[in-house]
Amino acid sequence: MKPIRKLAARGALYALILSFASFAVFPFYWMVIASFKTDHDLFNPAANPFLLNEPPTLDHLRLLFFDTHFVTYLVNTFLVGVAVVAITLVTAVPAAYSLARWAKGWGETLGIGIFITYLVPPTILFIPLSRFVSDMGLQESLWSLILVYPTFTIPFCTWLLMGFFKTIPRDIEEQAMVDGLSRLGAMVRVVLPLSVSGLLTIVVFAFTLSMHEFIYALTFISMSVKKTVSIGVPTELVRGDVFRWGPLMAGALIASIPVSVVYTFFLDRFIAGFTMGAVK
Amino acid sequence: MNRVMEGAAAVPAEGARAGVADRQGQLAPLMIAPAIAYIVALIGIPFVMAALYSLSDVTTGDPSIDFVGLHNYREVFYDPVFRTALSNTCLFALASQTLVIILSRILASALMQDFRGKWLARFLIMLPWTAPIALGTIGWLWMLDSIFSPFDWLLRRAGLLGAPGVLLGPMPNLYWLGQSGLAMASVVLVHVWRLLPLATVIQMAGLSSISRDLLEAAAVDGATGWRRTLEITIPLTLPIIGIAFLFGIVFTFTDMTVVYVLTRGGPVHTTQVLSTWTFFRGIEGGDLAQGAAISLFLFPVLAGVASLMLRMARRAEVT
Amino acid sequence: MAEVEVQGISKHFGEVRAVDGVNLATAEGEFLVLLGPSGCGKTTLLRMIAGIEEPTRGDILIDKLVVTHLPPRVRNIAMVFQSYALYPHMSVYKNIAFPLRTRGMDKAAIPAKVEWAAAMFGIEKLKHRKPRELSGGERQRVALARAVVREPSVFLLDEPLSNLDAKLRASAREELRQFQRRMGFTTIYVTHDQVEAMGLGDRIVVMNKGRIRQVGPPREIYHFPADTFVATFLGSPPMNLLEYAGTLVGFRPENFLPAEFVSDADGVVTYPFEITYLEDLGAETLVYGNIRERFHTGHVVSRLPGNVNVSIEAGRTYAFAASRRDLRFFDKSTGLRTEGSLP
Repeated sequence: MKPIRKLAARGALYALILSFASFAVFPFYWMVIASFKTDHDLFNPAANPFLLNEPPTLDHLRLLFFDTHFVTYLVNTFLVGVAVVAITLVTAVPAAYSLARWAKGWGETLGIGIFITYLVPPTILFIPLSRFVSDMGLQESLWSLILVYPTFTIPFCTWLLMGFFKTIPRDIEEQAMVDGLSRLGAMVRVVLPLSVSGLLTIVVFAFTLSMHEFIYALTFISMSVKKTVSIGVPTELVRGDVFRWGPLMAGALIASIPVSVVYTFFLDRFIAGFTMGAVK
Repeated sequence: MNRVMEGAAAVPAEGARAGVADRQGQLAPLMIAPAIAYIVALIGIPFVMAALYSLSDVTTGDPSIDFVGLHNYREVFYDPVFRTALSNTCLFALASQTLVIILSRILASALMQDFRGKWLARFLIMLPWTAPIALGTIGWLWMLDSIFSPFDWLLRRAGLLGAPGVLLGPMPNLYWLGQSGLAMASVVLVHVWRLLPLATVIQMAGLSSISRDLLEAAAVDGATGWRRTLEITIPLTLPIIGIAFLFGIVFTFTDMTVVYVLTRGGPVHTTQVLSTWTFFRGIEGGDLAQGAAISLFLFPVLAGVASLMLRMARRAEVT
Repeated sequence: MAEVEVQGISKHFGEVRAVDGVNLATAEGEFLVLLGPSGCGKTTLLRMIAGIEEPTRGDILIDKLVVTHLPPRVRNIAMVFQSYALYPHMSVYKNIAFPLRTRGMDKAAIPAKVEWAAAMFGIEKLKHRKPRELSGGERQRVALARAVVREPSVFLLDEPLSNLDAKLRASAREELRQFQRRMGFTTIYVTHDQVEAMGLGDRIVVMNKGRIRQVGPPREIYHFPADTFVATFLGSPPMNLLEYAGTLVGFRPENFLPAEFVSDADGVVTYPFEITYLEDLGAETLVYGNIRERFHTGHVVSRLPGNVNVSIEAGRTYAFAASRRDLRFFDKSTGLRTEGSLP
């Protein structure tokens, strides 16, 4: 009896995982299959839509890369991401460090206050910010995104880093001060090298968040060559009412997967930030 | 004060002074200032501006701010589309998060077990959260297509659709995004799909924080599987479940991408939510004042969530 | 080498006075031990001397130069933390070289200097290891090597032995003492362990509640405690204190022995000692009991060396005595030592 029950439990577990995984992954499977289907196959309501009924084609990929601005979107996304990461690091790292280390009671309060601003959504801010962006003459410019995206990366990253810095023993930096460094020097030469994994987490997080962003990009940018992947693919690969599903799916897939792989590695760390120390 | 030091090591260095880099009192404000400045300039001020806009008659065409009192709020409130948007926003958030919490609880316990291919399973299950939301939603848009939806194909194959007298009617398609009920269900479905991974990982963090000793003690005390779940695991992870729920509410409540990409609020505004309605009125319609007024209806809920989170954070600090 | 002087120094954390008006001066090359229970302010005092903590009031002088508001990096002090605070991302070699590099020492001169410091503590072979690959004792040596490598003028140690196991601690104590003698660094050493304090210090500073209670050589502190706090903080078991006619009479357990073993030209006091409990520890026997005569709080401990051969048992009363020379008297209200005598 025992082994059979065990086997059944095992089977149930795999079935459960498998069904959840299929639910999660199905849209991506759909993207893969659409990317390689001929249009004739794709738009045939009688054919089995789950399979390639005709030999695979590279037409959609060719179209995506050579006849659309997809590559430009990727480049734009990358440029914005890198700039946002840089701004986030420069502002969040010192703020998180001094809040975690030097401020006693009010540091925690201010830290939580900064974190709470993460909850103020773009939905409330994008109307005044659109005005602000046009007053600054930044409409149709990647700079508008570079300027605005840190509003959601800084609060969360500051909070996340505060947690990281608290795990580094104070002794180490006091030792570094005794060993000849200033307070700032101890932070830069001892604490930061010890926080590499934390900093890396911030880099990945800020980059993925700015890549995922949709509302601001949609509001500030309408010129095709200035768009990021997140808005370029859904808005530009549609001609009037005609959705070019093949290239659309290929574009969505190509832009999604690499960043997802990296993100997965760091997921547990973000969760530590989300749970706000409610889990030790 | 003229002393000659022995060797290289001056004891202590004469004329040495403390610079800014040595003084915590000066350094701390300098280091916090950029982040605070950023937040004040690009979150604080715009937030106040949104409030001011909502009390004025500002439009993209006429950018001068003249105050009109609560006119916009009154106008907005008597607009039936706004009412639909308001109730949809709450409905979508609550419905999807209730599902998410239940499903993520199941999925999290499954993922806590050891099994082969766990890493791959985890990666695949996380994909909806780690991939850009707009692109994931595009995948759904194609799957819910009015003619080529694979769901319709399956239903037709199963003999439930597309023939006279069958369960779902003689039409060859269900028109997922073309009928208000189905469209609303689709929006909820995509939200569930999108936020299930996040809630799962949060719940896993909660589960792994329960000490093994405690579960073993419960087992020794004779508690069996279900009882252990109900009386130990769930009460202990309740704060974490709460956090997952609150984040889920914030993310669905304020999200505009899913509805914008999937239905643009249609058919006939039946899936409109506050964020998309803000966008259509404020940006596409150019009425900044009304847009701001609509978006500010999000605020009470967000403030409530924030204060709940603060309370939780404070409790976490105490323990 | 240098002298450290502390003038009227205080450190308040909010309402708490961690250090409260301390005056202290080291002699050159002295090994000074700050001893006290946890929370007595000894570590705060050390951190102020290091420059990690800024005093609320008062001044710190190193070699007669006021350094109160100077950062640690220019004070030329070395410090060994309780945790050793080795840089976890650096090899042993890099850890030891670190204070040299921050001071901008000539790159070519660094290896020889590191070699010298490593050799002094016998850790040449560990140079390429990371701190996490070292045992507790090895870590302590690396921390010491890193501290001495730049030949500081003052050497500060914050309970450096408390993370070692008991066996290692005794040998580390001995090594530390020898090393300090050889190098002649002025050393300030913080501990709550009276054995370390007695064994290491040229002088001991006993602190309690942010204030200094007594400063002096170990023997003096032990035998002539300035007040009842010092009398009971040092010694294990602590000094017996009995009330007599408005003063407290104190005598150490090892000085209160069966009457036949005590004889002194200055005379002895003898009491009937009602024994309640015996604790045989091998090397010694602790005898607990009461003196009913004369004192109304008569609970007393006696410490008999293991080689003293007497047969005593609990529940009976014996004649125990102490030499008058070993009696100390304290004012009952202030706790300070006074003159006095017993009939």
